[in-house]
Amino acid sequence: MTSTAIPELVGIPSFPGVAGSVDPAVTSWHSVCRVQDLEPDWGEAALVEGRQVALFLLSSGAVYAVEQRDPVTGAHVMARGIVGSRAGQATIASPLHKQVYRLSDGACLDGAGSSLAAFPTRVVGDEIQVAA
Amino acid sequence: MSVRSTPEGTLAGTPAGTRRIVVVGGGPAAHRFVEAMAARGLDGRSLTVLSEENYLPYDRVNLGKALTGHADLTLGDPSFWADERVSLRLGSRAVRLDLDARTVHTRDGAEHPYDELVLATGSDAAPLPFPGAASAHVYRTLDDVHGLKRALTLLSRSLGRKPHVVVIGGGLLGIEAAAGALELGAESSVVNRSGWLMNAQLDEGAGQALGRLIAGQGFAVHTGTAPSAVLTDDDGAVTGVELADGRVLPADLVVAAVGIRPRDELARRANEDALAGGGAAPFSVGPRGGVVISEDCSTGVPRVWAVGEVASFGGECVGLVAPANAMAEVVADRLHGGSAAFPGFDTATKLKLSGVDVASFGDAFAATPGALEIVYADPARGVYQKVVTTDDARTLLGGIFVGDAAPYQGLRPLLGRELPAEPGAFLTAAGGGSAPETELPDDAVLCSCNNVTAGAIRDAVGGCGACEGSAPVQELGELKGCTRAGTQCGSCVPMLKKLLEKELTTAGVTVSKALCEHFALSRQELFDAIRVLQLTSFEEVLHRYGSGAGCDICKPTVANILASQNSAYVLDAGRGTLQDTNDRALANMQKDGSYSVVPRIPGGEITPEKLAVIASVAQQYGLYTKITGGQRIDLFGARLEQLPEIWKILIDAGMESGQAYGKSLRTVKSCVGSTWCRYGVQDSVSMAIRLELRYRGLRSPHKLKLGVSGCARECAEARGKDVGVIATADGWNLYVGGNGGATPSHAQLLAQGLDDETLIRYIDRYFMYYIRTADRLQRTARWQEELDGGLEQVRRVVLEDSLGIAAELEDAMARHVDSYEDEWAATLKDPERLRRFRAFVNAPDTADDSIVHVSEREQIRPATDPERVLLGATIPVRGTEGDLR
Repeated sequence: MTSTAIPELVGIPSFPGVAGSVDPAVTSWHSVCRVQDLEPDWGEAALVEGRQVALFLLSSGAVYAVEQRDPVTGAHVMARGIVGSRAGQATIASPLHKQVYRLSDGACLDGAGSSLAAFPTRVVGDEIQVAA
Repeated sequence: MSVRSTPEGTLAGTPAGTRRIVVVGGGPAAHRFVEAMAARGLDGRSLTVLSEENYLPYDRVNLGKALTGHADLTLGDPSFWADERVSLRLGSRAVRLDLDARTVHTRDGAEHPYDELVLATGSDAAPLPFPGAASAHVYRTLDDVHGLKRALTLLSRSLGRKPHVVVIGGGLLGIEAAAGALELGAESSVVNRSGWLMNAQLDEGAGQALGRLIAGQGFAVHTGTAPSAVLTDDDGAVTGVELADGRVLPADLVVAAVGIRPRDELARRANEDALAGGGAAPFSVGPRGGVVISEDCSTGVPRVWAVGEVASFGGECVGLVAPANAMAEVVADRLHGGSAAFPGFDTATKLKLSGVDVASFGDAFAATPGALEIVYADPARGVYQKVVTTDDARTLLGGIFVGDAAPYQGLRPLLGRELPAEPGAFLTAAGGGSAPETELPDDAVLCSCNNVTAGAIRDAVGGCGACEGSAPVQELGELKGCTRAGTQCGSCVPMLKKLLEKELTTAGVTVSKALCEHFALSRQELFDAIRVLQLTSFEEVLHRYGSGAGCDICKPTVANILASQNSAYVLDAGRGTLQDTNDRALANMQKDGSYSVVPRIPGGEITPEKLAVIASVAQQYGLYTKITGGQRIDLFGARLEQLPEIWKILIDAGMESGQAYGKSLRTVKSCVGSTWCRYGVQDSVSMAIRLELRYRGLRSPHKLKLGVSGCARECAEARGKDVGVIATADGWNLYVGGNGGATPSHAQLLAQGLDDETLIRYIDRYFMYYIRTADRLQRTARWQEELDGGLEQVRRVVLEDSLGIAAELEDAMARHVDSYEDEWAATLKDPERLRRFRAFVNAPDTADDSIVHVSEREQIRPATDPERVLLGATIPVRGTEGDLR
């Protein structure tokens, strides 16, 4: 499978991350899997350009990708946390020590902890793509 | 425990180094003193406690519990004694003080030098002043209690009938001993010289009411008659008690409980030594014995203090725990340069005697000139309530309550203050109403055992800063830990709870039971709602009762409730996404994101063949193996995608999930029992296996552990478990609410002498009642402590079916047992379920190379950060091959 930069968006709208450590302008979109490969609200790890990414398809249809590495412990486990919401914003809780992060930009919502890198995502046809 | 002998010559003056403090006595007063010293700081000090008993200091208020059950009365946390600056010498009896050399001599010949000496020798039972006294048992120490118990058992056996026990003395201890004997299967009677029971605390009306209530419990009460001899036969065996009026009460065993005698022999001997040497007696001895102390608890002998029952203050020695604690605090304060003073005896007493509430406080006998007594007495119901006030009926001087002591809690702290209502309003039994609300002043003492004022409670609730993080205290347990209120006799706990709730409400803190921002309901409310409406999915529950998308608090809670009620496979039908970290993978996630695997080993019994399979799996996958505390084997270091393969091998060999990952039954630990052990009285292994197979897979608010011991030696440590079962010759004893962990607690006796079926029925009910009503992540110990009515309520529901739900609870458990399915077997059967264990959605079989192990003691362990750098396994931002699918 190759990385491609598809200019045209097809199908359901995507919910790209707002701000992250990765600038979509200087990276390219990578197809990771099909929408039907993911179960709503069940995160999965994915390898994107050799980098571990935690990928989430929410029941709302939104797709998010953040760093798989838990910034607190250094373990690569974020995809295995629980998806939820805090004050209406979609969140992921670390499965190890339960810090909660905003999925849209990876900001830590529990105190002043380090944030997660968040990656822009889009859905093209039935393909989920991540910019990395 | 080794005894250091003393190097001489180091005793004159105060050595520049450590200040040596020696405490003689190992009872509650000594314990409190050491605690008080430790709380104020032990720097530069060493504490030596010489106790003639062979037990850690224990709670003497509750000796009755040791008589009729297996209560552990140890005071405080035993690890407290591990401080190297504190040395507790058990079995070390002090026999002589050398006041010049400043040493204490013990019976074993050792000398203990002191810079400060605290006498806390307590008291023993006053001897009977008539013939036959030597044949009587006494009731003061654990050894006395064990001896009494043993004697009763032997007597029942040798007599072939119920032994007759006569207790001489109708005070608190006498009644308690008689009630205990009755409960242990004896015919029991009490003889009291005074015209009524507990004449030291109660007036005649109250004493008569108590007598009637007690007689109704099944033991005989003889008052107004003095015993004159304990009769024995030629072999020295007790045959009866002769009364002054000529009557003889038949008796096989006599207990003497006619008062206490201070253990002041060390002071008396020091006086004799001094007199013999031509000097003056250094100690002043009280009129009724005891070492005379002044307000600062000093004895008049330089550097010697006295606390507790041995201390005579104002001509009296008092056998209550509150004054002993107060004295201990005074001495600790003085030794830290303070100026605390002992305020005099607080003789308030509140207890449950053989199920009857009795309370007496302040000037109970209205001895104050002009005092008014406002009394309500109902002999028919056995209720007596009295409030004593000043002559203008405004200021509270004291009171007595028998049969219904409800107003005591509110009145007790108001002693010496103006009553907020007419005195008659507090005689609740008269009107059937409840006592007027009382606003406690800040300096009112709420917990007299630990001298905690209402103000201190308010400070703690407001966030006094004394505790970690200075966060306001919002829970009863926290409040007890923080202020120590309610941790000794416990009688003020209801008052404490009320004050806590009131303060929180005043502070505008809603005492919220809400689960999280998505649910305003408590776990118990949600459980009931889900049960009644038969809801089966998180979406339904959220739609009806919640908002938002849920979170890591409410999702696992709802998943857990659904699993408790439906026993369905936890990862199906949208429930997978609700599961907490470990449930999600049906394995325990470790710090590096790898997992540990624990097959069930019921009761800890396993064949060599199965052991070999576990060993070969560990070898094949390179797993770290460790024996767990629950008698099974934990295999560490498996990656997510390896879990199904590992389980396939284990299941093919006949094993199943141990559910070490779930808030569910973990293990049933057992000793080897009567099958092999020469002490075992029942087959603990068979029972443990039966229980483990019955409750396996049961999802609960927190993990559940059980233990089964085959005899009273308790090798399975069952009392450290949520449910502990201990075999006796008469059947199983059932203990509930124990746990280890951060706040360990011993399980409490719920029922005894049970047959197999009754035991299981009670455990069914107990677990289901807990599952239905406990809070999220609340273990059984905390649950039954905070449940309205506490352990008594549990007893009523489980043993007496007071709520009429026993059958329903049993049915619920039966459904669980019927529908149990091994989660890992179910997972392996279904490819759709197996999908959940892939490493990467776009590379299912690629190993996660962020998991790095190194070798230690011939096994693997996770690499530390520096090791990871050395091994080149930093955060894997690697090449850009782009092969993503």
